Amino acid sequence: MKMQLGASAKMVDFLLSPFIDYAFMRRAFIGSFVICFGAIPVGIFMTLRRMSLTGDAMAHAILPGAAIAYLISGLSLLGLAIGGITAGLIVAALAGWVSRISQLKEDTSFAAFYLISLALGVLIISMKEANVDLFHILFGNILALDNDTLWLLAIISSLSIFILAVLYRPLIIECVDSMFLKSSGIASEAAHYGFLFLMVINLVAGFLALGTLMSIGMMVLPATAARFWVNSLDNLIIFSVIIGISGCYIGLMLSFYFDMPSGPAIIVSVGTMCILSILFGSNGGLLRSLIPLRHLKS
Amino acid sequence: MSIKIQNLTVSYNFHPAVHHLNATINQGQWLAIVGPNGAGKSTLLNALAGIITEYEGSIEGINPNNIAYLPQQTKLDKDFPITVLELISTGLWQEIGFSSGLSYSQIERCMNALEAVGLDGFENRLINTLSGGQLQRSLFARVLMQDQQVILLDEPFNAIDTKTLTDLTLVIKEWQNKNRTIIMVTHDLEYVKDNCPSSMLLAKECIDYGSTKSVLTKENLDNAKQVSEAFDENAAWCIS
Repeated sequence: MKMQLGASAKMVDFLLSPFIDYAFMRRAFIGSFVICFGAIPVGIFMTLRRMSLTGDAMAHAILPGAAIAYLISGLSLLGLAIGGITAGLIVAALAGWVSRISQLKEDTSFAAFYLISLALGVLIISMKEANVDLFHILFGNILALDNDTLWLLAIISSLSIFILAVLYRPLIIECVDSMFLKSSGIASEAAHYGFLFLMVINLVAGFLALGTLMSIGMMVLPATAARFWVNSLDNLIIFSVIIGISGCYIGLMLSFYFDMPSGPAIIVSVGTMCILSILFGSNGGLLRSLIPLRHLKS
Repeated sequence: MSIKIQNLTVSYNFHPAVHHLNATINQGQWLAIVGPNGAGKSTLLNALAGIITEYEGSIEGINPNNIAYLPQQTKLDKDFPITVLELISTGLWQEIGFSSGLSYSQIERCMNALEAVGLDGFENRLINTLSGGQLQRSLFARVLMQDQQVILLDEPFNAIDTKTLTDLTLVIKEWQNKNRTIIMVTHDLEYVKDNCPSSMLLAKECIDYGSTKSVLTKENLDNAKQVSEAFDENAAWCIS
């Protein structure tokens, strides 16, 4: 009995002590937790609207803003956030506007603007010679989140949840039947540009913690995984947030015990859940194709 | 209130898809817009629906607050995970706006609309589990929910079976009895001859407009085919 209690205590200690003993681990978990609540529901709409790669393009597009902020204020996370949001919104507005008024398709328009933006960002960063800083911007450092940044993440996530709640209905209509929304004459533009705004602010929140290259992963991977388990939109949101938070916890534990970079460890954890879902998911997982087919009477 | 279309031209890359169109559609009229492929039928309907906003000329008597629009099924994303009830409740958009929930009476209206199109018991089905005919019935239910004066239907009977066709025609006749204006784009001339009192034969320009019997003559149809296929890459600017 004593041995069992001892083993349980060791397990609890193993699972919780990094967060109890180290403030930076607590802040990292709270930060990723907050990001999950804001970013993942937006990520679900991105995947349902087939905009995952557009989101990836946007993640790169925030680089020049962050780079200019970095030249002005160094690695101040508030500066990076303001710069990133500004650059992201400019690229989103330009790309969205051009695709709406010209014959250019949205994906091509975004690809064109993000490439220009990314190249500008790298040029600006290279003006200040220090590769380690570029590494920091590309891959983030969730273990370095301070209290001010946590507040910033909380504000961004709260704003995101609020805007998503307001735009929820027109976004659904736009996804299912965009022609119907346009004929209703009210919210088509609001849904389109509002969603791009949501993408940008959540990518910037993710960028502060996980870097430009990893931030899109927190939005797309949990949403992709959840689609292999549940069907309805409400369940998708709940399930993917749970997957995201679990991935953040596992990633931080891996990072702590095996001395791995935390951002990639989180994304690899969520990515592993995504691959497992693709394989074993009850809703269209690959393994189901090996099970003999059955059917109901009607 | 009648709809007045005056000198309407809608162009793609400067080439007119609908050219100098003039027509008056009276309240309570059931009008079929017919014509060969590329005649500009859907373009005209999209201009009436406010989906296309860049055009020359004017359209009066129609706006987002008095139309119900039924798009072609191919324009829908059937993989989006929403139920039939959620789909048809979008027809209440003008009433519930951005954030209000559905009241008990509104849910009851949705149920009544589903019953009217023969889909009672389907409210919790995801739309990706519906057949083409069932999805079309649910889109008709959404038009019922919109309950507007002008009803715009884009190819409403594509790829559906005879039973569904008959049932949905009864729904349209019910709208006609309520003095609703129905404007329907279709390529099914037999259906139009059997059911629609008035027709507009379009081939970029209006070939003929009036009673279906007088419009759908062999001469008019041959003429429409010729005009519709005419395309001049180096055409001069139209100054009429």
